[in-house]
Amino acid sequence: MKCQECQKRPATLHLKHVINGQKREHHVCEVCAKEKGYVSSPDEGYSLHHLLTGLFNFDSVPIESQGQGSNHLQSSRDLQCDKCGLTFSQFKRSGKFGCAQCYETFSSRLDPILRRVHSGNTKHHGKIPKRRGGHLHMKKQLASYKAELKALIEQEAFEEAAVLRDKIKQVEQGIRDQEAGDDA
Amino acid sequence: MTLQQFMNEAISPWMRKEGPDSDIVLSSRIRLARNFVQVPFPIVANEEDELRIYDFMRERYEHVSFQDYEDFNFLSIGELSGVEKRVLVEKHLVSPHLIEKDQASAVLISKNEQVSIMINEEDHIRIQLYFPGFQLNQALEKAFELDDWLEENVDYAFDATRGYLTSCPTNVGTGMRASVMMHLPALVLTQQINRMIPAINQLGLVVRGIYGEGSEALGNVFQISNQITLGKTEEDIVADLESVVHQLIEHERRARERLLEQSGTRLEDRIYRAYGVLEHSRIIESKEAARCISDVRLGIDLDIIKHVQQHILNELMILIQPGFLQQYAKKSLTANERDVFRATLIRERIQLDK
Ligand SMILES: [Zn+2]
Ligand SMILES: [Zn+2]
Repeated sequence: MKCQECQKRPATLHLKHVINGQKREHHVCEVCAKEKGYVSSPDEGYSLHHLLTGLFNFDSVPIESQGQGSNHLQSSRDLQCDKCGLTFSQFKRSGKFGCAQCYETFSSRLDPILRRVHSGNTKHHGKIPKRRGGHLHMKKQLASYKAELKALIEQEAFEEAAVLRDKIKQVEQGIRDQEAGDDA
Repeated sequence: MTLQQFMNEAISPWMRKEGPDSDIVLSSRIRLARNFVQVPFPIVANEEDELRIYDFMRERYEHVSFQDYEDFNFLSIGELSGVEKRVLVEKHLVSPHLIEKDQASAVLISKNEQVSIMINEEDHIRIQLYFPGFQLNQALEKAFELDDWLEENVDYAFDATRGYLTSCPTNVGTGMRASVMMHLPALVLTQQINRMIPAINQLGLVVRGIYGEGSEALGNVFQISNQITLGKTEEDIVADLESVVHQLIEHERRARERLLEQSGTRLEDRIYRAYGVLEHSRIIESKEAARCISDVRLGIDLDIIKHVQQHILNELMILIQPGFLQQYAKKSLTANERDVFRATLIRERIQLDK
């Protein structure tokens, strides 16, 4: 089998990624695996250039957003973080964000990058800061309840939606209480 | 200064302690990347911003203790000599990246050197915690406690969806890199390791030589660590890493047994020759030194060599690096001079155990 990236060298690595519940297989040679970011060393070994080469490939071969490729690049050129001033093209060059706000600013461009780097994952499932945790934990729950509510309404499951709405009110009150506590 | 004294300073105290499976796993490490929410990341921060972090960390934590990790020493990178900086890297207390920048970069190191906190590296802070042997869970537990303790005074950049926000998207989420350092001479000797590395990569883990350049693993010491930081809990990441390390330990042990059974005399010959080289050579390059040190350590673990201490490998692999050699020599050395000095230092170290 030939490497699917360079079509030259034999594919020696056969990688399986589960992305959004769909299994994808990649057959690549070791050179391309490193270059395109399929495998990489952590820490100082991770080359940003490689990450970005991967990113460009992702943009130019849009698997999920066919036909939107040009739009995609057009709008990304204008994106700039208003807190630290980093533009998306600067990010593409360096592979590093300038501040916490950048994650918000570039959020619409972020998922493909994160998927590529983190085996298809885009959401955090780990530790929450202890001190500010309770608050964030409730907000996280609120977001998932609201998504659930929307789905229930679309399905016209109004009784279940009503129950969920009460839960949402409780969580919202909890967040308000906590925020009032923080100010005191 | 005598070699004994020099080594006492050179080798981190925690390294002298034995841990579980320490015949194969030299150390376990957890690293957490964290940022202050209000301040731009070091890559775009101006000097004033970086100094805010630097001053805050110094005022809050210099000479402070966290649990058993006593008396954080605050080292300002800009105030260190070239050799001193290099030595910190060779001891794995700071990354090569940290010492490249002099502006407002620093490190807090606990007295026993088990904990180090890099300041203004790629992220505002990077917490590192080492345990001897195979103790990833213990290291994770302590790292979390240390993280919570720091968080009492710091508002971390954290987002409910993306997790801990880091300068590089490769670290976002948990911000955690868990790793173990393993001595795998029998898997290298039997060439099994080449087949295993691609399989390990497929599991989202990275294997690399910790000493030496590129894929070459000097002294048969490998570092295994997680690649992804987003989408899995820290506990799951550690559990996945642990199960692979367990398998590697078993394979290495089996390979050692088989070598001993099938070619015992040959193995013994190799080990004693290596010992002879270390005991008698007058000029030795780091590559040859690392190979011989690895062989001797294997000999110790297999009870073929009995009078040498087990942690000779951990010690010598650090001591034979350029920074340490020059620190011991108290002057800068050319490559040729280093080879002579390295041989001398190794001979002296071998004498200590006689
Ligand atoms: Zn290829
Ligand atoms: Zn920004």
